[in-house]
Amino acid sequence: MNLGVGSVVKTMSGASCSVSWKSGGSDKVSDQFPAGLRVLVVDDDPTCLMILEKMLRNCHYEVTKSNRAEHALSMLRENRNGFDIVISDVHMPDMDGFKLLEHVGLEMDLPVIMMSADDSKDVVMKGVTHGACDYLIKPVRIEALKNIWQHVIRKKKHELKDKDFDQSTSVEDGDQQQKPPEDVDYSSSANEGSWKSSKRRKEEDETEERDDLSTSKKPRVVWSVELHQQFVQAVNQLGIDKAVPKKILELMNVPGLTRENVASHLQKYRLYLRRLSGVSQHQNGLNNSFMGHPEATYGTMTSFNGLELQALAATGQLPAQSLATLQAAALGRSATKSAISMPLVDQRNLFSFENPKLRFSEGQQQLNNSNKQINLLHGIPTTMEPKQLADLHQSSQSFVAMNMQGNARMQQNNALLMHMSQQQQQSSRAQMLNETNNGQVSRPPLSMSQPAAVLSRNSIVDNVRGPIYNPVSQTSSMVDFSLNQTTELQNNSFPLVSSNSGMSTLTSKRLLLEEVNSDIKGSRGFPPGYDIFEELQQQKTPDWGLPNIGSNFGASDHSSIPGTLDVSPSMLVQQGISSMKKNGLNGNSPIGGPQLNLFSGGNLLPVKAEQLPDTSYQNTFFPEQFGQDDLMSALLKQQESVGQVETEFGFDGYSPLDNLPV
Amino acid sequence: MEVGQLQRSFVEYMASLFREGFLDAQFSQLQQLQDDSNPDFVVEVVSLFFEDSERLLNDLTMALDQPNVDFKQVDAHVHQLKGSSSSVGAQRVKNCCAPFRNCCEEQNTETCLRCLQQIKQEYLLVKNKLQTLFELEQQIVAAGGAIPMLQ
Repeated sequence: MNLGVGSVVKTMSGASCSVSWKSGGSDKVSDQFPAGLRVLVVDDDPTCLMILEKMLRNCHYEVTKSNRAEHALSMLRENRNGFDIVISDVHMPDMDGFKLLEHVGLEMDLPVIMMSADDSKDVVMKGVTHGACDYLIKPVRIEALKNIWQHVIRKKKHELKDKDFDQSTSVEDGDQQQKPPEDVDYSSSANEGSWKSSKRRKEEDETEERDDLSTSKKPRVVWSVELHQQFVQAVNQLGIDKAVPKKILELMNVPGLTRENVASHLQKYRLYLRRLSGVSQHQNGLNNSFMGHPEATYGTMTSFNGLELQALAATGQLPAQSLATLQAAALGRSATKSAISMPLVDQRNLFSFENPKLRFSEGQQQLNNSNKQINLLHGIPTTMEPKQLADLHQSSQSFVAMNMQGNARMQQNNALLMHMSQQQQQSSRAQMLNETNNGQVSRPPLSMSQPAAVLSRNSIVDNVRGPIYNPVSQTSSMVDFSLNQTTELQNNSFPLVSSNSGMSTLTSKRLLLEEVNSDIKGSRGFPPGYDIFEELQQQKTPDWGLPNIGSNFGASDHSSIPGTLDVSPSMLVQQGISSMKKNGLNGNSPIGGPQLNLFSGGNLLPVKAEQLPDTSYQNTFFPEQFGQDDLMSALLKQQESVGQVETEFGFDGYSPLDNLPV
Repeated sequence: MEVGQLQRSFVEYMASLFREGFLDAQFSQLQQLQDDSNPDFVVEVVSLFFEDSERLLNDLTMALDQPNVDFKQVDAHVHQLKGSSSSVGAQRVKNCCAPFRNCCEEQNTETCLRCLQQIKQEYLLVKNKLQTLFELEQQIVAAGGAIPMLQ
């Protein structure tokens, strides 16, 4: 897909490349499709490799084979857009197939199919949780290979959807939305079709205001240079922390531009900045960030972080300096962003991460700061209370198990880190990966991730704490994202937060997640198997911003519908966190939160109405500055209009929300 | 022998291999993959399989010969053997792998050695059969005939 906007900030994937065939970055696939599909096959068994190659060639695919995972990975890195899909064996001598899967997911965001002679359930499950889009049992038959193109399409579609989603959220479709998403993710072209149509339907039903979103494939706004410059100016004027889509939209004053457009662009921009700031920010920011905003949540977070930090330090993975930094960060405010970045950066540098070198040091402190924050978030998607964080980690570990040995957390962080760093640079990534590939869990990268994770936590805490600034939008957006990501993770650990503090953590967590998600969006790699989430995230931002429910969103009016839904989602998210699974729940469903966005903006709507209370609820926690401006603002708006507030999750009157597992 | 006779022998032989379980449907898949652009595909793949399997069997022998057997390593080898044998359709070899893996799990060197023995036997058998099959093919081609396709 050619995302004008995307290309600006997406450095990770060749934006369009990932979804287009050789035809080059266009949404449509070549006429020959699926012929010409570029497949990379990795298997250490020469017999299988040869057979697969022949089979794939018989399917008219373009095949590249490799019997070494490392080699395959470097090929992928050198030529990011040179492949459409990767098929990899699970058991390989030089690198575990799941590890490769993670790398590919994080760095290149390509669909990966795992295969093995092992058909035991837990291995297959591992594949799923690591994000494999399919799992083939050997001996592989050619029939199975004939259909692998569906995974590429699906992924593309998801990406598209995310973007489109912003614009279309319809209330009605909520129910329908939920189902399809799951199906879609779980592979079946049939589902996709139905889903798409239902989605489309929703969009159509939806609101009027949307200028041009009547189908799932909304016309995309092309972010020309001037437009982007206007955008950047507006953002700078507002300050990256305060830059909410609505305000940006106002400042830009471009006719025809919707809040959603701005919201999604903003998200990408933030990701981009984050990447940039990876290196530069660290240096200056640290101190600022530690300005302390000690808040309740903070306290908990701090302690938690402290624990973690110490644990990390204990394991020797966290350099003392980082530890100190982290702790400081924990105590500090969101400004921490920079602070956090530092540890991250340092760490990175330790491990020869090159990319952190901000290539672009835009010199926008603010941006950097925010970026940093984001970075942190990526590392660890948990802003919840310490306990939750722990849980989150736990769950994330289980889900994202790099090599799970004891340092699952670290690994996860590592993965996250890698994810983050990846965004920054290829080379650094390579290094990181190489390092990690060495199979040492305790490698520095891990520690890096830890700090990052911790930092993110810290940062999150910050956010959570303060009074809500742009509360609504941020929270919601975060929620969405985070939920998506962590849904799995959190299912266990985050029971609906009933207390405000809980919420705030949730919020922060969400924010983190959002951040993470945003990153992931770019790279799509991160949450293994959480394709859904990714999408949600993407959608989320825009959605969040637009609570339609009737609140006045000002600029976001048009897009409102999605917005409204979003609001609920955030609420739902929180609640749904515990129950969220990858089901594309929309607001309506119990899980709802993040899922809503994913699958159907529409669902959100119904929920929205009721969710209003939620929104108010959100007010409680809005992390001050999260990137989810749009969400926040949207939420805020909603809240205003709604005027209700609920106690904790504010779902008080929401029947749909009731479903949310609390 | 004249071509027709060779061809009939070939078909008959092939059928018996399937009937006796030496080969399974996956082998047919390989045959179907063979085409004009890759006329020797099956022979090439099977040769690769032979090489690979012999290496694995050697590794297995060595691994089980150690004073402290590394069963994880043994299991990994068996797993690989399972993958490659199933990919070429060497059914009986593949079928030896599951019990072998069980023995590895039990960490019983004795039973593992027995499994290894059995798998070696099956391997040699199927290798022999396939080589005979290929020779028949060559003879047919040498006699100017076409290789009959088995459905």
